Amino acid sequence: MNGAEEMSWLETRNLQSVALGEIPVHPIEMLRRHVIDSVAAGKRLVQFFGDRTDSGDTIYAVLADDNASRLYIASSLLRGRKSFASMTPEVPAAHLFERELYEEFGIEPVGHPWLKPLRKGIPGIDENEDQYGFFSMKGEEVHEVGVGPIHAGVIEPGHFRFSCHGEKVYQLEIKLGFQHRGVEELFVRNASRPIYLEKLAESVAGDTVIGHAGGFIRAYESLAGTSVPRRAKVIRTVALELERIAVHLGDLSALSGDVAYLTGNSVFGALRTKVINTTMAICGNRFGRGLMKLGGVDFDFTPDLHDRILDTINKLEDDVALASEVLFSSASVLERFEKTGVVSKETATAIGMVGPAARASGVPVDVRSDHPFGGFEFLAVHKLTLPGGDVFARAYLRFIEIQQSLKIISEQLGGLTVGPVRQTAGLPAADRIVVSLTEGWRGEIAYVLISDSEANIRKVKVKDPSFNNWFALSLAVRGEGISDFPLCNKSFNLSYCGFDL
Amino acid sequence: MLDLLKLRRKHGSQAIPDVVNAELMESHRGFPVIDETKYPGDWQSIVDICPTGAISKEPVSIDLGKCIFCGECEKLSGGAVRFTNIHKTAASDRRHLIVASGSEYDSYRENAVEVKREIHKLFGRSLKLRQVSAGGCNGCEMELNACSNVNFDMGRFGIDFVASPRHADGVVLTGPITKNMAPALMDAYQSIGDPKVVIAVGACAISGGVFAESAQMNRSFLNDVKVDLYVPGCPPHPLTFINGVLEFLGIS
Repeated sequence: MNGAEEMSWLETRNLQSVALGEIPVHPIEMLRRHVIDSVAAGKRLVQFFGDRTDSGDTIYAVLADDNASRLYIASSLLRGRKSFASMTPEVPAAHLFERELYEEFGIEPVGHPWLKPLRKGIPGIDENEDQYGFFSMKGEEVHEVGVGPIHAGVIEPGHFRFSCHGEKVYQLEIKLGFQHRGVEELFVRNASRPIYLEKLAESVAGDTVIGHAGGFIRAYESLAGTSVPRRAKVIRTVALELERIAVHLGDLSALSGDVAYLTGNSVFGALRTKVINTTMAICGNRFGRGLMKLGGVDFDFTPDLHDRILDTINKLEDDVALASEVLFSSASVLERFEKTGVVSKETATAIGMVGPAARASGVPVDVRSDHPFGGFEFLAVHKLTLPGGDVFARAYLRFIEIQQSLKIISEQLGGLTVGPVRQTAGLPAADRIVVSLTEGWRGEIAYVLISDSEANIRKVKVKDPSFNNWFALSLAVRGEGISDFPLCNKSFNLSYCGFDL
Repeated sequence: MLDLLKLRRKHGSQAIPDVVNAELMESHRGFPVIDETKYPGDWQSIVDICPTGAISKEPVSIDLGKCIFCGECEKLSGGAVRFTNIHKTAASDRRHLIVASGSEYDSYRENAVEVKREIHKLFGRSLKLRQVSAGGCNGCEMELNACSNVNFDMGRFGIDFVASPRHADGVVLTGPITKNMAPALMDAYQSIGDPKVVIAVGACAISGGVFAESAQMNRSFLNDVKVDLYVPGCPPHPLTFINGVLEFLGIS
């Protein structure tokens, strides 16, 4: 960065807390300009959110330089202003952040192309669908298909509105918010109950228990200056990778099911069971609930458990390789997977995609490598990418990521040092802010915690990777047959509650 | 082709042969037993540590409808609360989920699930369920999906999840019931023909769980309908759900 840019942003790193007073404060036009310029120069928009205090509304922007492992924070104090020129036309990745800001604080991004409710609703806009303002198409033989909020399967709710011409999808609009539970408010309201906070973090997205609990807990530990024992970091890493393997296996099973390939559906499903049962052997819950604690973990690896995990992953390595060989050499599967639901690298970058979905479009982003956290500080993770951007790439990437995670676990178990697994966690320091990035199985989970002058946590901003990636699904199905939608949807497997919070 | 045969052979049969008598590993946190005399300190501290307010002092008890089975009370109390690996915890009556100090599993089990002749007659050989997630975190939803996988294979008893409420005999509710899902939940319920059953799955559906105090909830649905079966857990294990339903149908 040059001198002028240094003045514009405070440079920090993942999990390195900074004093609130050090963050540059700009007029909103300047903050906007800095974000647009920095994103044009290759940085990535990680967070853009409002914070209300007695002295008014503040907007914080967090950018990442993934190549240099640096994060940048800047802010703007609005002093009663209620609007600014939308960044979305120049930074498409900002579109949902701006909608969120408008909904929560009434700050209008003027010129935003689709300023609609996100979760809670906007005063003056009825929840009624007619007033929501779905995009529509007119013309002969044009029709709309509305799906949800309740879907066909046993999954979470959301509404999909397709504009079609015959079978062909021209546009898909996704309306979420049905799952809104007020997670961020609950974090703040219960800031003095650390055990409750751990459990709440586990439930932000129940398919990402280790990812979300880890993201929140590391942020809290950073504010509190708590150092976590080495052995606990290893156990956390193993649990996170087991979670990734389990969900990826489940997704390969479901993707097989969506193309009526029942062998894959059964075999990958059964393999997933073995993984989540291993997680249950560790901590008593198939999704890892109860494992992650402030200051470390609550369950140690006994020699028996250590051997059990090793045995499971060794067997899995062969089983997954064989099952994947069969799946990915089936002509009927490939016919459905290949060239379906393509998201180009340019699009993926522009809209700010993260995680495996981004990597399957050739975008090399992986928090484990770019902004190492926990055990990954001592571990080099090679970023796996594929060029296709189609269902095949998103499926095949899961297979190679499973193999990679198995290796990570095996290495971690080999390097397990003797020692405690938990340290007494301290209390947060006053007037600080920390950004905590975690590579969950869906991609980048971003927590921002802010403490007040009395060292209470007074702001918790949560971003599930689904927030970045839902729009990609809309774009992926354009031009596809509507019958390919379930397949495309599953190839992203995004969270509704993680988005709705 | 050879690989496919090799894979099928290796896969074998993964089905749990007897889901009624299957046991879970020791580490599973299932039915809790309380003996408060084992805790030397003030029981109030055990009450306070519970993240969902499931533990009471007068009388000493734990409410499985609120409990998320996190085990914090077990650790703090030095075993005065102890989670066994017993997973059959479903019950017909909300009040039955409150487990008093000294209460043994056998006495809990007795009459936990009320078997009605009419239910057995109507649904004993085929029960089709419409699942509605109303703020569920996907934990319960994934375990309910697992009920139909090759391991648990709930379909062998004629119990299935179906896409349309018009094809369903009942609703399986998960999640704390958000304001934004309350109308759709009621729509789905009303779309199911009579007679119909309601099954509440997981701490969130039964009591609101960790979201009980949120201003974003609308749990009025539960004032308007009668829940026939409560399945505790966070999330409940597939065997907890399947066995609960089997008992409810009077076929186990």
